This record gives sequence, C-alpha cells and structure tokens, in this order.
Amino acid sequence: MTETSAAPAPPAAPPSGTFTPATRFAVPGRIPVPDEAASAWQTVTLTEIRRETPWASTFRFRAPAWAGHLPGQHLMLRLTAADGYTAQRHYSIASAPDDEGHIELTLDHVDGGEVSGWFHTTAEPGDEIEVRGPLSGFFAWPGDRPALLIGAGSGIVPLMSMVRHHRARGLDVPLRLVVSARGPEELIYARELGAETTRVFTRSAPRGTPVGRLGAAHLAPLLAGPPAGGWEAYVCGSNGFAEHASRLLVAAGQPVDRIRIERFG
Amino acid sequence: MNVTRGFTGRPRVADPGLPPGQYDAGDDWPVLSAEVTPDLAPADWTFRVDGLVRAPRTWNWDEAHALPESVYEGDIHCVTSWSKFGMRFGGVSLDAFLDAVRPEPSATHVVAYSHTGYTTNLPLSDLTGGRAWIAWDHDGRPLPAEHGGPARLLVPHLYFWKSAKWIAGLRLLDHDEPGFWEQNGYHARGNPWEEQRYSGD
Ligand SMILES: Cc1cc2nc3c(=O)[nH]c(=O)nc-3n(C[C@H](O)[C@H](O)[C@H](O)COP(=O)(O)OP(=O)(O)OC[C@H]3O[C@@H](n4cnc5c(N)ncnc54)[C@H](O)[C@@H]3O)c2cc1C
Repeated sequence: MTETSAAPAPPAAPPSGTFTPATRFAVPGRIPVPDEAASAWQTVTLTEIRRETPWASTFRFRAPAWAGHLPGQHLMLRLTAADGYTAQRHYSIASAPDDEGHIELTLDHVDGGEVSGWFHTTAEPGDEIEVRGPLSGFFAWPGDRPALLIGAGSGIVPLMSMVRHHRARGLDVPLRLVVSARGPEELIYARELGAETTRVFTRSAPRGTPVGRLGAAHLAPLLAGPPAGGWEAYVCGSNGFAEHASRLLVAAGQPVDRIRIERFG
Repeated sequence: MNVTRGFTGRPRVADPGLPPGQYDAGDDWPVLSAEVTPDLAPADWTFRVDGLVRAPRTWNWDEAHALPESVYEGDIHCVTSWSKFGMRFGGVSLDAFLDAVRPEPSATHVVAYSHTGYTTNLPLSDLTGGRAWIAWDHDGRPLPAEHGGPARLLVPHLYFWKSAKWIAGLRLLDHDEPGFWEQNGYHARGNPWEEQRYSGD
C-alpha cells in the first residue's frame, strides 16, 4: 500500500488467512496520550474572560494539576447542576503549552446552548469547573513538520494554539493558516493574526477584499509550492466546512493520509 | 459532587434511555471522523472476515446483499456526549457473516478496519447474538458517505466510534489489540451505560 495514493483501495487479499489492516492515514495518532490524564477529572478556576468577537470569548483558567498538552488537543469539560445533572462537552485548547499552570478555551455562544450559554451569561472569575484531558493525540501538532492549518469560525481555536506555539518557541518549520469567517467582526483572534494567515470572508469584508467562501484559488499558492517533505494539513470547523475544505485539499493534490480533521459536530 | 455555581442545565425529563453523561441530539446527526470522507462506490466496496476463522472470505456488494436482510431500530450513543433515539438502519446481521467463516474456538477479539485505514477493537462476544450489523440503509435510504456509506459496522450497544465507518473487514484474534482511538486514549470496550469513555474509566 503506498502512502500517497489518493483513491481508496480495497485491502489486498491475504496469502493464507492472515491480514494486516491497511493503514492509509496516519495510524496510530502521532502522540500517545497518557491515560491517567484522560480519565481523571480535575477542578480548574476561571481567572479571566476576554471578549474576542460579539459572539465568542476566551476563558482563562488556573489549572495547577494540568499535565500539559500539545497544540491541537482538546479536553472534556463538565458542568454540574445542584440536582446532580451534568453536561459534558469537548473544547479545544486555545493556549500554547508553555502557558504553565493555565489553560485557555475560546467558546462560541451557541444559540440556546446549554454549556456555552452558561459560560457566556453566568460565568465569572472565581468559578470552578471540571475538566479532563488533554485528549486525542491525532490532531496534535508538536511543531515538527510543516503545517498547513485551515479553519472556520471557532475551528480556528486549536489552530491558534499551534500558531502561538510556533511563535513562542521561535520555530522555523513552515506554518501557514487559512481562516474563514463570516466577516471581519467575527474573526476570532483577529489582532493576533499575522503574515502567516490568509483571511477568507464569506459574507462581508473590508473594502477591497473579495467576499466568498474558501476556494481552490486560496489553497493553490500554498499547495503549488509545498515545503520540503510536504504539508501536514489540519482542518477544523463545522462538519460542512471540514468536508468542503478537505475535498479542496485532496483535489489540489494533498495526500489523504496527511489530512487531519477535527469536526466540531 | 462539584456543583457549578448558577448552572441548572436545560429543563429536562429523566429519560431512562439516555446513558449517563449523554444528551439527546434531537434531529441533529453530528459527523465525527478524523479522516477525509472517501468516495467509495458500492461497486468498489468489499467486506472481508479473516484471521482465526476456518473459511476466510470476502464479500462484494451484491454478495453481501444476497444475505438475509436485518434491521436495527433503536438508539445510538456517541462518546462526544450526544445520543440519538429511534434510529433505523437496514443491513445484514454480523452473525450471517460470522456463521459463513466459522470462527475458531480460540478467537476472542476482533479488529474492525475501514477502507480509510481506521481501526477499532471489539470483543467477539459484542458482535454476535444479533447485536451487530453491517448497515447500508438509514431510514430506508442509502447511508450517506459522511455517516460511513456505502456500508458501516453498527454496534449500537457500544459508543459509536466502535461502529467503524466505511467498513472493510474484521480480523479475528485470540487477544485484544487497541485500534485507532483506543491507541489515542479511548476505552478498549466503550460501554455507554458504564461511561467507558477513556482508558482507565
Ligand atoms: C473535539 C471538539 C472540539 C470542540 N472545540 C470547540 C471550541 O474550541 N470552541 C467552541 O465554541 N466549540 C467547540 N466544540 C463544540 C462544543 O463541544 C459544543 O458542541 C458547543 O459549545 C455547543 O454546546 P452547548 O452546550 O453550548 O450547546 P448544546 O446545548 O449542545 O446545543 C447545541 C445546539 O442544539 C440545540 N439543542 C440541543 N439540545 C437541545 C434541547 N434539548 N432543547 C433545545 N435545543 C437543543 C441548541 O439550541 C443548539 O442550537 C468542539 C467540539 C468537539 C467535538
């Protein structure tokens, strides 16, 4: 089985009843996750709330027992009501690993959302909540290979952890970010984005910038001149966006087994 | 218990069908897969069962459809916390495939693998006795590609990551061998009623 062919192929017939499943994409995950961290709940304390856009805020937590994470990983968060009812959701970690003893999450305010609703209407510094993680090494980026990051909406969150890590460590491995938002006012972390970023606005854009969804033309310049060894592509956002962006990547020649996708549902 | 100040949660009725820590996703059917959705035509789909079996075999689409049809009507539960009630999947019971290959008595576990390279491990006993299917219809329509079409494994009594999309085969083993998510920290069995989400739960 070649590592790079783009079309799914049925597994080869085994010689004598034995067969090793084909591993077309990077299996196993790149980073083994310590089991203890994934299974134990820990209490973290909200220390700061920063508004990013009218619909998204960053929540900073003091997390003394946090074992560390890699950019791209997520955690599971749990809120508990007085009657014992709990709500659990996954959130990507926005902060870079070097922010010791602290983690940051950035939450969209989902209309009618149970968990994001509590964060956006009730949460205050001093509140305690429970988390466990970090989870999933598959979407993690340790900063080793050239990374092409493509995100939409809050899908920028795990990608920003990668960008921040790249900057904080002064890494020189190539890294590019393509980010899609409805308009400039909805672009999370807008002030932090720099020359590594291609901005795509789907509904409204500053004067002189085209409006329209992510297309082949946005990716062509990046995929026409890939760095040595090629890109490791990370796609994050809603399922609709993930499908669209990953198909564009495949059409542009990015090998399927070097596309990692995080779907927010 | 660690009560979250000011959190009441959504008004709810206790639902005995909802495993602990899960919520009802209603009409939503979220898509969660880590890889690019493959363009796999039914004509290119094959399903193989081998390993510790007496008669390893590969079925193509038409051969699999010639087996007796079997329907699952019930709920599904995803480890990311949503559940969906009243799902209806059409396909073939895994018993029909396993009967044909005749598992060796020493076979205790299975690695299920997909046409994308995804793997997941299961005890063989979770796949027999009318509790697992190869499914290709949902609500009487072909299973959409993003949900694993043309055909997926369906093991509804376990968390849904065990129900490998784009199923390509099962390999029977005499030991347990962690699959893709299981190597990434997820539980080896994944029983939603016992909240076996992560390894160590
Ligand atoms: C790996 C991963 C990482 C993620 N990272 C992030 C992140 O970094 N940032 C982020 O913002 N999100 C992220 N998400 C999404 C996040 O997990 C939540 O899905 C999101 O915050 C919504 O949760 P909620 O409780 O606010 O909304 P929910 O209560 O789950 O509601 C979601 C929608 O369903 C409707 N709904 C659901 N149940 C009911 C009901 N019983 N009655 C009425 N309406 C209902 C709501 O009105 C709403 O429209 C991530 C998801 C995954 C899987």
